Amino acid sequence: MNRLFPLALLAGLVVLPLGLGTNPYLLNALIVTGILTIGAMSLNLLLGFTGQLSLGHIAFFGIGAYVSALTSLGFDVDLGFGLRAVHEPWPAWGGFLLATVAAGGCGYLIGRLSFRVRGAYFVIVTISFAEVVRLVALNWVELTQGPLALTNIPAITLGLPGLGIWTLKTKLQNYYLVLTVGTLCYGVIARLVGGRFGRAMRGLKENESLALSVGINATRTLTVAAVISAAMAGAAGSLYAHYLRIIDPDVFLFATTVTMVIMVVAGGKGTLMGPVVGGLIFGLLPVALRPVMAPEAQWIVYGLVLIVILFVMPRGIVPGLSALLSRRQARPAPVLEVNPAVQR
Amino acid sequence: MSAILSVEHVGVRFGGLVAIADLHFDVQAGEIVSLIGPNGAGKTTAFNVMTGFLKPNQGDVRFRGTSLRDLPPHAITRLGLARTFQRTSVFPDDTVFDNVMIGLHQMGAALDRVPVFDALLGRSGAGERQLRARAEALLDWVGLAARAHEKASSLAYGEQRLVGVALALATEPAMLLLDEPVSGMNASETRVFVRLIRQIRERGVTILLVEHDMPMVMEVSDRIVVLNYGRLIAEGPPDRIRTDPAVIEAYLGQGSAARQAAAAVQEAAHA
Amino acid sequence: MNELIQHLVNALILGGTYALLGIGLTLIFGIMNVVNFTHGALYTVGAYVMYLAVAALGLNFFLALPVAILGGLLLGAAIELVLLRPFRGSDIDTTMLVMIGAGIILQSGTLWTFGGVAKAIPSPFPEAPLQIGLVSVSWLRLFVLGAALTLIALTYALINRTKLGLAMRAAFQDSDTAALMGVDVRRIYTATFALGSSLAAAAGALLGPVYVVFPQMGGLAELKAFAIVILGGLGNVTGAAIGGFILALAEEFGAGYVSSGYRDAMGFLIIIAVLLYRPTGLFAKAERIG
Repeated sequence: MNRLFPLALLAGLVVLPLGLGTNPYLLNALIVTGILTIGAMSLNLLLGFTGQLSLGHIAFFGIGAYVSALTSLGFDVDLGFGLRAVHEPWPAWGGFLLATVAAGGCGYLIGRLSFRVRGAYFVIVTISFAEVVRLVALNWVELTQGPLALTNIPAITLGLPGLGIWTLKTKLQNYYLVLTVGTLCYGVIARLVGGRFGRAMRGLKENESLALSVGINATRTLTVAAVISAAMAGAAGSLYAHYLRIIDPDVFLFATTVTMVIMVVAGGKGTLMGPVVGGLIFGLLPVALRPVMAPEAQWIVYGLVLIVILFVMPRGIVPGLSALLSRRQARPAPVLEVNPAVQR
Repeated sequence: MSAILSVEHVGVRFGGLVAIADLHFDVQAGEIVSLIGPNGAGKTTAFNVMTGFLKPNQGDVRFRGTSLRDLPPHAITRLGLARTFQRTSVFPDDTVFDNVMIGLHQMGAALDRVPVFDALLGRSGAGERQLRARAEALLDWVGLAARAHEKASSLAYGEQRLVGVALALATEPAMLLLDEPVSGMNASETRVFVRLIRQIRERGVTILLVEHDMPMVMEVSDRIVVLNYGRLIAEGPPDRIRTDPAVIEAYLGQGSAARQAAAAVQEAAHA
Repeated sequence: MNELIQHLVNALILGGTYALLGIGLTLIFGIMNVVNFTHGALYTVGAYVMYLAVAALGLNFFLALPVAILGGLLLGAAIELVLLRPFRGSDIDTTMLVMIGAGIILQSGTLWTFGGVAKAIPSPFPEAPLQIGLVSVSWLRLFVLGAALTLIALTYALINRTKLGLAMRAAFQDSDTAALMGVDVRRIYTATFALGSSLAAAAGALLGPVYVVFPQMGGLAELKAFAIVILGGLGNVTGAAIGGFILALAEEFGAGYVSSGYRDAMGFLIIIAVLLYRPTGLFAKAERIG
């Protein structure tokens, strides 16, 4: 994939609604796909670039959604011990900012806690965290309405001095909002990954001992990655809350993390475009499958596709296709024997 | 001369097994010192203690007067003590050039003050150019310039050792610990490497190496420290070590591989 | 006081099945280095086989239990042969993702086949509970505890008293060395995965009649199994057995004295507490250096 591909894709996404007209069903699918793709990009920062498989990523997304919703709806909660927490409604963009910060803060705490352990332990800690957060959302009824859901969440309002104020109520407006945030996140990740911080992450992923020996601080690097990743997921969750205008504890479903993981792995973990390509494919696949099969059957297809991709293109679609393209352009490079002692 | 590194009565146990017992020696600034001994003598364990990868059960290591006891590996590197690894000396999925760029992490730290924000704001352009120039110079110096854009894991084993050395040098160390640097190298590569070690020393870097290649050790070292079963059994210049009865006994007492090494000691003695 | 004893009895009964779940998962991790994300789905399948056998086919309750366990055994063997064997030598993340895919397929398959409505498995035990003093226990739950303890004992005997168990222990220590010593590691892996799966199915078949059977029941069971395995140390069979009872105790008392809504959060709070206070104590193996 060369440098032009991301720009071409962006241009295509900008003009896409013109071609679609105002088909609300497709536009809705694109918006939800875009939000999940932002989640997938943020997950890729951890899973792809640092090699830490976080299966609790949905927690940050859901925290973003709830924080944003509660900030813009306001609440009045009895904390016990005679303490009350009362919050007057803020404008929705304030909720968006606070959601990003709060999710980033949770990323910091989880990072500090769980980067003491790696591998399978890390995976299970992150899942556990997501499950605890889901149970809190389900049971703290006074704050979250529990299974009854938070409703009437206001749409995001944008104001520019001198130009007026828009409330982003239509699908088309939300589409461009999601596209803007997604592009920003892509740019931030590209900048981070391309520089010194990205090299530190790659070093830790490829050979942790060696990375430590050249002075890379593992805990700090991984924690910073977790904070940025969580903040982006929180931003995506906030967009989700203000678009759907209703949030219930099902936002924390493990299945959504799995969807993001499939997007990243299928697209190509550790590549910039991988989660975008994977996100578009797996976000829109339900649209293609809906007329032909039941939702349960769709999930069966998802599972099969995940396994087949791991088998056929273990590095994902984007690296797989790049390799194919460059092989067609250049003569095949000689396959070099790798000393077995060097492999881990 | 003053001691740049002091290993002070270090002891390491794994469960009931004593890997190192009361190890005590100094390395003077500007020296090339070799740490030798039969397999399992505790050499790599000693390296891991000196570089913070392993916490000793007793004793301490001081580097330029600072106790390393409670420091993590990356902090020890920042003090100016760098190391190479015996087996995995590269970042396998990156090019040789990018390997060195990762190794220049600390130099990058000196160049940009707030790394994450500088990266986001795109302020690191000048710093990046300096880093790239430095990486090219380092690769040139270890003789890998022609290999810069190949994937590190595709290099021959001996060349990977050189990448490891370039990575360690990228941290601008005052002292370098080399763990079996010439294993996997052929005779001519080893000769080139010996020259490289001397050049590194001429730049003012103190060197401590663990090595099995006896002729190479005898040729390059100012002083040799011999370990056996985790204990120091001899210490001195190569000429004395060659004829030290305890050293010969230690090598002869082992299996056939060790006997070959002992023969190599003898051979080197007559060379 | 009576309330306390009642909670203890409940915890003991629940702990038996939790231990089964945990032992199955930890065996597979310890020997194969695979984090089994089909464990919850296999638990669900065990419950549904039990339901099919008893409610649909009219099979005797006590005969249906071994059928469900056999079902888990066969399904586990099939998963290992079809999905894990081709990925042997891949890193742990890859096999984890393959297992996630397989788990999705199994869970959605169950939902597709049986629908989302919860099913009840009729039990042959009398409705009236056994009353000892002021503590009451249903006969069904007593049977569940007895069956779980029997299965745990059988698993221990299999691991410690048979040739297969010896080979499994050898593979646990070091699969390469085991292979050099003539152990057919591939067969051991299939056997291990089948055994672990049958234990998950057994747990499902035992708890299915106590509660109700529904396609998503495995999700929470799987998360609990992870908690149990972390508590006991990854790969530690006795640790998992003890961990199962600790989790059950924490849930019973958490639900009884704190808040029933957070019953299912106890396991995760325990994990987080363990990691806060004893992170290094959990490592099965030291990190490799150099």
